[in-house]
Amino acid sequence: MRHIISILMENEPGALSRVVGLFSQRNFNIETLNVAPTEDPSLSRLTVTTIGDDRVIEQITKHLNKLIDVVKLVDLTEGNHIERELMLVKVKALGAARDEVKRTVDIFRAQIVDVTPSLYTVQITGDASKLDAFLQAMSPVGILEVARTGVSGIARGDKVLSL
Amino acid sequence: MRVQALTGPYCQGLASGAGMGRQRHTAALDPAGCPADRTRDLQGRNTVELLSGADMIARFLQDEGVEYIYGYPGGAALHIYDALFRQDKVKHILVRHEQAATHAADGYARASGKPGVVLVTSGPGATNAVTGIATAYMDSIPMVVLCGQVMSHLIGDDAFQETDIVGVTRPIVKHSFSIRHPSEIPEVLKKAFYLASTGRPGPVVVDIPKDMTAPTERYEYVYPKKVKLRSYNPVTRGHTGQIKKAVEMMLKAKRPVFYTGGGVVTGKASEGLTDLVKQLGFPITTTLMGIGAYPQSDRQCLGWLGMHGSYESNMAMHHADLIIAIGARFDDRVTNNTSKFCPTAKIIHVDVDPSSVSKTVRADVPIVGPASSVINEMISLVQGHSIAHPEALADWWQKIDGWRADREGKLYEPSKPGEVLKPQEVIEALCRVTRGEAYVTTDVGQHQMFAAQYYKFDKPNRLITSGGLGTMGFGFPAAMGIKQNFPEDDVVCVTGEGSFQMMMQELSTCKQYGVGVKIVNLNNASLGMVRQWQDLNYKSRHAHSYMESLPDFHMLIEAYGFTAITVKTLDELEPALERAFANKHELVFLDVKVDPHEHVYPMQVPLGAMRDMLLSKTERT
Repeated sequence: MRHIISILMENEPGALSRVVGLFSQRNFNIETLNVAPTEDPSLSRLTVTTIGDDRVIEQITKHLNKLIDVVKLVDLTEGNHIERELMLVKVKALGAARDEVKRTVDIFRAQIVDVTPSLYTVQITGDASKLDAFLQAMSPVGILEVARTGVSGIARGDKVLSL
Repeated sequence: MRVQALTGPYCQGLASGAGMGRQRHTAALDPAGCPADRTRDLQGRNTVELLSGADMIARFLQDEGVEYIYGYPGGAALHIYDALFRQDKVKHILVRHEQAATHAADGYARASGKPGVVLVTSGPGATNAVTGIATAYMDSIPMVVLCGQVMSHLIGDDAFQETDIVGVTRPIVKHSFSIRHPSEIPEVLKKAFYLASTGRPGPVVVDIPKDMTAPTERYEYVYPKKVKLRSYNPVTRGHTGQIKKAVEMMLKAKRPVFYTGGGVVTGKASEGLTDLVKQLGFPITTTLMGIGAYPQSDRQCLGWLGMHGSYESNMAMHHADLIIAIGARFDDRVTNNTSKFCPTAKIIHVDVDPSSVSKTVRADVPIVGPASSVINEMISLVQGHSIAHPEALADWWQKIDGWRADREGKLYEPSKPGEVLKPQEVIEALCRVTRGEAYVTTDVGQHQMFAAQYYKFDKPNRLITSGGLGTMGFGFPAAMGIKQNFPEDDVVCVTGEGSFQMMMQELSTCKQYGVGVKIVNLNNASLGMVRQWQDLNYKSRHAHSYMESLPDFHMLIEAYGFTAITVKTLDELEPALERAFANKHELVFLDVKVDPHEHVYPMQVPLGAMRDMLLSKTERT
């Protein structure tokens, strides 16, 4: 099963490599990964999506917690949560396809953020399946380049991941 | 504010107190490196000490109570070496290869329970230490490794003797640090020692760029008595409800067995364990790492378990209805095939490391906590209660005694007069001669298994062996580290000619420091364990397991000025051992020629259950 694990860790050199290294060292899987500092400059928030059965996920969270640089973590998929990913896509936009792309962009509530005579650069946010669906819709037109941020997430309601 | 040491070793009363740490004090007039500057307040009283990074390291090690540091100098570590040279509290032991430094510190740590300390230079110095760091990591041994590093402005440039040692060692350390400012040194070192020796112990690497230790720049030194890490709070006791539940199950069990590991030894819980096991009257088996946590000469001890563990241990585990695992990690050399592991047993698993619990085998009652406090809590809960099924326990013991009788005399045949010696009888003789009281280190292979099987350990920390990583070359330097700290005890390295040749350069270190370890070389002129597997699985095609060009060990040892004794027959054996152990302070090497055809039995059948064992070349369960 797919899990989204959010980690607060020390904003220190080498902290990211310890987390990433743990996944490869112990043969755990990383689907997506994103990381950035938080409002507290001493902390970074890292969100990783991973796939595994309960035993594997239990081991992942235990081993992550064991890392000295990891301060706190939460498995967002254990409760209600909001999941978002941002994607920038360059798609071909020539002739009749130009209008068709624009219409599809509107349907997906995406935005065209850059334009040339031959292509559109589209920005879209949503959960991973929405982004996948958009790519599928665009593929007949011609996708030139894709940049995805990886999943970021936060729990719904009053639950807060902080110190 | 910048403070200059204008008047010799003291600089005049300038700011003191918090916030001073990072201010630089340049000792421009001090080419020889006069170590201790002090700031003084207006009344001329000393306030804080000003030390260079290198002197801070030396001073910190003193304040931390470090007695020995094992190392090898080189460019990036020279400032630190100079600082060590100018003090005499911390003794530096110069090894002949950095791997030996880590093993010696490791041996010291295992025998003494205190963290071992290593100092190496950058690049090859640090990479040579890697095997020893991995060895300590796998066996959860507290160790602090100080590595020199190239100057910070050169990092990343592929400078001379540069290696990203923090990166190289990342998967085999509990944690690592890079020093980014000399003023951090006391706090980082305190954190390193704290992390290495608390919770589940392990090695910690501290990477120290050369400019961090420059003698010309001085900073305030205060020994940090305490240290706090917001993300590291090792558990100090187990969950009381879980412990109660465990004790209830223990009292109701019909076929219980304790299965305890290295965590009881490193957690200094063997006395408590012995009390608990005796009170309950249950059988106990230990892992290889846990040997001696419960006296092996006691009837309730079944020996150790797993691949080459005792027949009765493995049989008892397989047939048990309750396994009480403490400080053990259900390692693959213990469980054999986990899907066939102990089919009728409920499992209580006590470990200080939550990630060890339910890692390979699911625990029915997981308890995260240090062995000592959990055991003590168990003892107080057991007191005043008696077991629910004493008759079932008596039947269980009858069964176990039956297994004991079954294997009696089956595992090896002693040599006949004039025949080549059996390695097993060498260890039995060694145990007799040293009255079972020696510190025994081993390398890895058949001799390691024989030493663990035939030497009877009644105390913890006496069998010092690389259980997790299985590092050939571990035994001799580890023995060296132990002997220096326990000079009045017998310390013997049981080794084989393959393993010994991996670290035999340390004879020179022993000569320099007069280290009187004994070395028992079970010489079968082959890599015995490899050969055994080739006999069993490769139709005796002995691919590269035969040492065709062994040195004359007798001459080799004598070249270093030590005594060597060659033993070929049984009647020579005990007198040779007596002679070797006559003088505690003399290094003696026994080259004992043993039968190369001998196999280690019992041996679990790969992918089988605990009870599936070969008992001899012709017999299996």
